[in-house]
Amino acid sequence: VAPPSGKTEVPQAAPVAVFKLTADFRDDKDPNKVNLGVGAYRTDEGQPWVLPVVRKVEKIIADDHSLNHEYLPILGLPEFRSSSSKIALGEDSPAILENRVGAVQCLGGTGALKIGAEFLHRWHNGQDNTKTPVYVSAPTWENHNAVFANAGFEDVRPYKYWDAEKRGLDLSGFLSDLESAPEHSIFVLHACAHNPTGTDPSQDEWKQVAEVMKRRNLFVFFDSAYQGFASGCLDKDAWAVRYFVSQGFEIFCAQSFSKNFGLYNERVGNLTIVAKDNENLTRVLSQMEKIVRITWSNPPSQGARLVSITLNDPELFAEWKDNVKTMADRVLLMRAQLKAKLQALGTPGTWEHITEQIGMFSFTGLNPQQVQYMVKQKHIYLMASGRINMCGLTTKNIDYVAESIHEAVTTVQ
Amino acid sequence: MRAFLDTPAVPPTQQARLLAAFSRDAHPDRVYLAGGEHLNEEGKPTIPPIVSQIKQQMGTDPTLIPEYPSALGLPEFSRRATELALGRESRAITENRVLGVQTVGGAGAVRLGAELLRRWYDASSSWRGPVLLSSPCDESLAEILEAAGIGELRQYQFWDAERCGLCVEKLLEDLKECPEQSVIVLSASAHYPTGVDLSQEDWKRVSEVMLMRRHFPFFLMPAQGMCKGDIDQDAWPVRHCVSLGMELLCAQSFSHNFGLYGDRVGHLLCVLRENSLLLAVQSQAEKLVRTLWSCPSVGGAHVVATVLGNPAHFVEWQAGIRGAVERCMLVRESLREKLRLLGSTGQWDHLIKQGGLYCSTGLNDQQVEFLAKRRHVYILPNGCLNISAINSRNLDYVAESIHMALTSPF
Repeated sequence: VAPPSGKTEVPQAAPVAVFKLTADFRDDKDPNKVNLGVGAYRTDEGQPWVLPVVRKVEKIIADDHSLNHEYLPILGLPEFRSSSSKIALGEDSPAILENRVGAVQCLGGTGALKIGAEFLHRWHNGQDNTKTPVYVSAPTWENHNAVFANAGFEDVRPYKYWDAEKRGLDLSGFLSDLESAPEHSIFVLHACAHNPTGTDPSQDEWKQVAEVMKRRNLFVFFDSAYQGFASGCLDKDAWAVRYFVSQGFEIFCAQSFSKNFGLYNERVGNLTIVAKDNENLTRVLSQMEKIVRITWSNPPSQGARLVSITLNDPELFAEWKDNVKTMADRVLLMRAQLKAKLQALGTPGTWEHITEQIGMFSFTGLNPQQVQYMVKQKHIYLMASGRINMCGLTTKNIDYVAESIHEAVTTVQ
Repeated sequence: MRAFLDTPAVPPTQQARLLAAFSRDAHPDRVYLAGGEHLNEEGKPTIPPIVSQIKQQMGTDPTLIPEYPSALGLPEFSRRATELALGRESRAITENRVLGVQTVGGAGAVRLGAELLRRWYDASSSWRGPVLLSSPCDESLAEILEAAGIGELRQYQFWDAERCGLCVEKLLEDLKECPEQSVIVLSASAHYPTGVDLSQEDWKRVSEVMLMRRHFPFFLMPAQGMCKGDIDQDAWPVRHCVSLGMELLCAQSFSHNFGLYGDRVGHLLCVLRENSLLLAVQSQAEKLVRTLWSCPSVGGAHVVATVLGNPAHFVEWQAGIRGAVERCMLVRESLREKLRLLGSTGQWDHLIKQGGLYCSTGLNDQQVEFLAKRRHVYILPNGCLNISAINSRNLDYVAESIHMALTSPF
């Protein structure tokens, strides 16, 4: 008798748009094809870049025969956790000095979001309260929804963020959603270089956001995947996170070192926790440990070791900041050049947003039909939302891309 | 504004309490026999020499590219891990009905497998179990399954504490009596924490009942090759079920057999009944992975793929783990011999019948406490211990201590 199949009715899951884009790009034979959908840094030659400081530290690790080959502690490498939190909050952060900052080493930024979400689902706003609303920006990184939903939250909603008409932040919409959110709602905020719009609140705008969040007792969950990568300066990119901490908020901050260390495949992340006091923090960390144990038991060591060695050595740290600035500068250059070329071509519309936006991504403002034109006619791959990755631009392809945008805007409505 | 005010502290786990007590213990003869790693004669994690060599080479390999891997991990690693578990000639492989997903260690494989089962074991209803675990088992297994949403967990009888062995008849009874189509978590080899495994004859009887009751096997294979020193023998139960046409999941870990503890190299094997299901299940697995960790870390998987994919490396690797296993077998024999010489009554044959990292001693609660408090020897409360943590320096002391624990009056 043949055993029954337990899986006869499994439907195919929908493909993730950005991965499909990359697959289509790969299969395209056109010699002029350009991939503006990729979510990783590329050099001016269109290649992935191993940071020179990373090469250096890899060698240090490979030559170190005294290394411990055991399981890492469940919460991760201690030196990594503390130095990563310092990067986010600033070395002289009062919260750190008051011993109320803790951290959990996680599998990339996603892992940090996951662990944070699992904790909040169990212990925030009552016990096992799956009905607490989780707000994510409209639009946001497509995985935010899935991570919180899979952590058990039943109510994941958008908060107004992007104003498509004025191509900027919809501050009044954002603030009004904050005002009307139920108390204790969780808000996922992008620390800098908003994905996908590249549009960040100004310092003054952040202050307004913080004021409402404090008054309405809303929970702050920062997603910080681009620190250093946005402006080229670590401290500048961490301003929002540090401001909230200075205002007395207890926060979670999911940090990723995938982009700013180029360690995409080593999954290096850190969940920084700022609590009111050390006693609270200790209890929270014990719960975090339990959650980690049932998810991946303990984290991988290689990437964390690499980051930790770099951050804790003044020379290597300086070299890293320099490498990060190199990447950020290239992006800034491509932004400036793209805007200049579009203006020179006389492309209709304003293109200020290209240089006003920050980080890897830019919301061009191209509509879906224009995007289709770019993809199908010009073999330039970008997201249906009009999002492009500035890293996909090089000095060799920027003219072609600018001309193509010009064509799309002038011939396709 | 206080966000975390009501969060209670988690009491420390058994492992954590034990380790804390050991760390506080200043006695020069203290011995810790409850750790999770396979240790060599020097008391350091066992790493097959070929693995150290490949790791060194890869550490500075200029051709490794920093890019996000697929959610399912490295295809080459998955291919080799699948072949290792099922045998290269496996029908299931040639019929292309095996899905392999690289995971974050064995724990990650169990978590992902549980999440998949919870959603897709019975797509027509909201299935929540039952899932059966051996008694005893790794205490985190139940927690992982619960976290994945499995509501109904039960235990099947497995270890007979009195005989220090397997109670097969009771096991079979439990499998016959639990609801049809239950998911049964089975240890292919090197059962944790008892070290007791089923014989091939036992497995044949178990699989017969599984077929009759239409149960679904979820295998754990934490250390293929490290139990009997033979990768094929250690994987035999999984292969046997596959040969019977069963669907199954298998959570593999490469922590012990590659000494890659810090690298978190795991693999979830899904053997499906038909090839037509493969793409759908794969897409669902990808979707789940993205909500857990997006994609796994690649370093360790690269090492495993390189070693398993090269015939010369493969042979060297097998020799390496065989050597580690032989040392453990020697420790088991020596321990048994020492206990006999000390005049310990009772049978210690079970010591050499068992295989793998852990072994059961049959010591009771009080005896275990005696070991810790009076002799500074730390083993798990259920009397099980990590045999690899015993070496020529501490063997006599440990044997003496066990003997004393057994003979001291209470």
